[in-house]
Amino acid sequence: MFYREAGDFKLSYVEDSQTFPIKFDRYRYYVVMAVAFGVVPFLVNDYWANAILLPFLIYAIAAIGLNILVGYCGQVSLGTGGFMAVGAYSVYKLMTAFPEVSMFIHVLLAGGITALVCVLFGLPSLRIKGFYLAVATLAAQFFLVWLFNRVPWFYNYSASGQINAPERDTFGILITGPNAPAWATYLFCLIFLTFCALVARNLTRGTQGRTWMAIRDMDIAAEIIGVNPLKAKMTAFAVSGFFVGISGALFFSVYLGAVEVGEAFGINKSFLVLFMVIIGGLGSIFGSFAGAAFLVLLPVVLKVVGVDMLGWPTDIVAHFQLVIVGALIITFLILEPHGLAQLWRVAKEKLRLWPFPH
Amino acid sequence: MKLKLTTVALGALMAAGPAMADLVFPDLSYRTGPYAAGGIPFSDGYNDYFTLVNERDGGIGGIKARVVECETGYNTEKGVECYESTKGEGALIYQPLSTGITYQLIPKVTADGIPLHTMGYGRTSAANGKVFSNVFNYPANYWDGASGVINYLLEENAGDIKGKKIALIYHNSAYGKEPIRTLEELSKKHGFELVELPVDHPGQEQKSQWLQIRRDRPDYVVMWGWGVMNQVAVQEAANIRFPMENFIGVWWSGAEHDVMPAGAAADGYKAITFHNVGRDFPVFEDVQTYVVDKGLAAGAGDQIGNVLYNRGFYAAMLAVEAAKKAQEIHGTAEITPAMMRDGMEALEISQELMTSLGMPNFGPSFNVTCENHGGPGLVGVTQWDADTQTWSMISGFNPTDSEVIGALVAEDSAAYAAEANIEEGCK
Repeated sequence: MFYREAGDFKLSYVEDSQTFPIKFDRYRYYVVMAVAFGVVPFLVNDYWANAILLPFLIYAIAAIGLNILVGYCGQVSLGTGGFMAVGAYSVYKLMTAFPEVSMFIHVLLAGGITALVCVLFGLPSLRIKGFYLAVATLAAQFFLVWLFNRVPWFYNYSASGQINAPERDTFGILITGPNAPAWATYLFCLIFLTFCALVARNLTRGTQGRTWMAIRDMDIAAEIIGVNPLKAKMTAFAVSGFFVGISGALFFSVYLGAVEVGEAFGINKSFLVLFMVIIGGLGSIFGSFAGAAFLVLLPVVLKVVGVDMLGWPTDIVAHFQLVIVGALIITFLILEPHGLAQLWRVAKEKLRLWPFPH
Repeated sequence: MKLKLTTVALGALMAAGPAMADLVFPDLSYRTGPYAAGGIPFSDGYNDYFTLVNERDGGIGGIKARVVECETGYNTEKGVECYESTKGEGALIYQPLSTGITYQLIPKVTADGIPLHTMGYGRTSAANGKVFSNVFNYPANYWDGASGVINYLLEENAGDIKGKKIALIYHNSAYGKEPIRTLEELSKKHGFELVELPVDHPGQEQKSQWLQIRRDRPDYVVMWGWGVMNQVAVQEAANIRFPMENFIGVWWSGAEHDVMPAGAAADGYKAITFHNVGRDFPVFEDVQTYVVDKGLAAGAGDQIGNVLYNRGFYAAMLAVEAAKKAQEIHGTAEITPAMMRDGMEALEISQELMTSLGMPNFGPSFNVTCENHGGPGLVGVTQWDADTQTWSMISGFNPTDSEVIGALVAEDSAAYAAEANIEEGCK
C-alpha cells in the first residue's frame, strides 16, 4: 500500500540514484522539511525550544558525527564529550575575539578546528583497533577536559573557569544570549542539522562511504582491493570531528549559554552520544535522529507524566526514569540489536506489502 | 460512568484551580545523584517553611504560597529544562542551589525579569546590584567565606599568619574555583602560602591530594567541597591523622552527613556559616505542630534542625520576607516577579523581625540596597562535636575583609558588564 515502487518510473540515472527513490518516502521527507522550516518556527516558544527541540537538534548532529566514525568506519570512539568541548571552546574563543563576525562562520570554524584535533587523536587508530582504540579515545576525552580546566587562556582567565556566551548575531538576528528569540535559535540549529545530515547522507552513499564501510567490514580485505586505510580512517575522523565540533559549539553557544567543561562535556556525554548511536542504529543517518530523539525526549516525557500529571514526588520520578530508560534500552537491544533504524526498516517493508502480506 | 466523569472533571478543576492566584516559588532541588545528600535537607527546609506559612499564617499577605518542585540532579541541562518549564507558572524567585545552574540562569532571569537568589553560592560579583539587577546573594558570598576563614585563622594566631602554609582542597568546578582569587589576594596581604589541590567531580577519589597534604604538612587545610566529596575528605583527613581543628570547610562542607561517616575521628572539624545551627528555636515547635504533626513535612521529614535544613528554611524565610516587603511597597497582595525584585532590593532583616518569627539570632541582621545585593558578609564558625553529634557556633557573626572583596567584586562585575554590554546603574 505504502512505500511502493510500482508506477514510480525513473527516466534518468540522477532520478534513480536520489536519496529517497520511493515517491511516498520523498513526499514524506518534503512534508517533514516543510513543517520543520515553515510551521514550527511560528509555533515554538521558550520551553519547547530550550527544553526539547534544541537538545534534540544538537544531539542529532553529534550522533550523526559519531555514527560516521563508529557506524560507518567501525572505529570505536569514547572521546565525543572531549571533542564537543573542543567545539565549544573554539567557538567561545572565536566569539570573544571576533565579535563582529557572523555566528555561522564561527560555528563552521569551530567544526573545522575540532576536525583537526579529532584527526590528531585518530592517528593511533592506524596501529590499534577495537577496544584498544576505545581506550585511546578515552584518553583524549580526559586529556581535553583536563586541558580546558587547566589552561586559563581557554576560558579567558575568568574567575570561575566557566565560559559564558555573549550576545552574538547573524544577519542582525540575535542567535546567542538570553534575548535571542526561540525561533531564531531553533532555525539556526535546524539549518546546521539539515546541512550535516545532507552532507553525511551523500558522503556515505558515495565512494567515500564505501571505503569507510570496506574498512569497517574487513580492513585487510579493503587494503588488498586498494583502499588506503590511512586516508579512509583519517577522513572518517575528520568528518566526524567536524560534525561533533559543530554540535559542541551549538551546545555551548546557543543551547546552554554557559558551560563548565567537566560537568557539560564529561565522560557521561561521550557515553550518552554513543548510546544514541547504538540505540538509534549503527550505520544509519535516520538512526542518529531516532536515537537522539529517544534519549532526549524520553526523560522529559517521563517527567511530565510522572510529576505534572500523576503528581508523584520528584525524586521517585527521577529514579524511575533511570529504571525505565535502562529497561527500555535493554529491551530494545534484545528485540532489535540493530536499533530503531532497523525497526523502521522492518516497518517499512511491512507497510509495502500491507494489506496483502504474501 | 457519569460519576466517574464528574470526578475526573472535578479533579481537573481542582488541579487547575489553585493556579490562578498563588504565589509561586519554584524549588529546583536535587534529591538524586552524588549531591543529593546536600540537596535533600535544603529542599525539605525550603518546602517546610512555605508549608508552615500557609498552615499557620494562611499564606503570605493572605495568598497561599505554592512550591513547584523540579528535580535537577545538579545537572545544568536539567536545570535549564526546569527553569523553562516553571517560569511560565509565574515563578517569583529562583534558588537553584547550584553554582553551575546559577551561571546559566543569570542572563536568562535578567532577560525575563525574574529575581534569582543565590545564598552563599553562585557568582560572587553579583553582589554588585548595579550590574546584576536581578541577582542577589545576600547575606554572604564565597569571597566573604574565604575571608572569614582567614580572619578566623588570624584570630587564632593572634593576628599573624605570616609564613603559614594553607592548603585549599576544592571541587574542580566553577564552584570550587570561586574562592581562589580572594585567597590569593589575602595571601599577598597576610603573607601566608597557598597550596591549591583540585578534586575532580564527584570527588570520591582524593588519595593523591591527601598524600600531598601528608607530605607538605600544611598548617591548615581549607575545603571547598560539596556532596560526596566532603565525607571522603573528612575520612581521608582522619586517615592521615590530620588535626581536625586545623581543617576548616566552607558552609557547603559542614553538615551532619559530611562528618558522620568518619565517626569519632571527625571530632573537632570546623566549618564556617552565615546562619545559626541547631534545633533550639521557637519556630521549630510551630513546624512540629503545623507541618510535621499534620503529616505535611517534605521528604522523609527526618531532617529538621540539620545544618542544611536550617539553610533551606532560612532561604525560604528570606524569600517570604521579601515577598511581604514587595506587597507592602506595591500595595497589592498579588505580586509579580518584578515587584518581588523590588521587595528583595528593599529587604531589611533585623533581630526584632527574626525574634518575632521565632528565629532569634538565626542569621545576621542586614539591609539590601541596589548598590549592595550581597548583604554585610558576616561569617561565623561552627565546630562538630562527635560525642553529642551536634554542630555548634564557636564564634559570633564577624565582619570580613570588605576592602579586598569590594575591589574584587568591582573588578569582576565590571568585566561581566563589558562582556554582556550592561550599563551600570540602579533601576
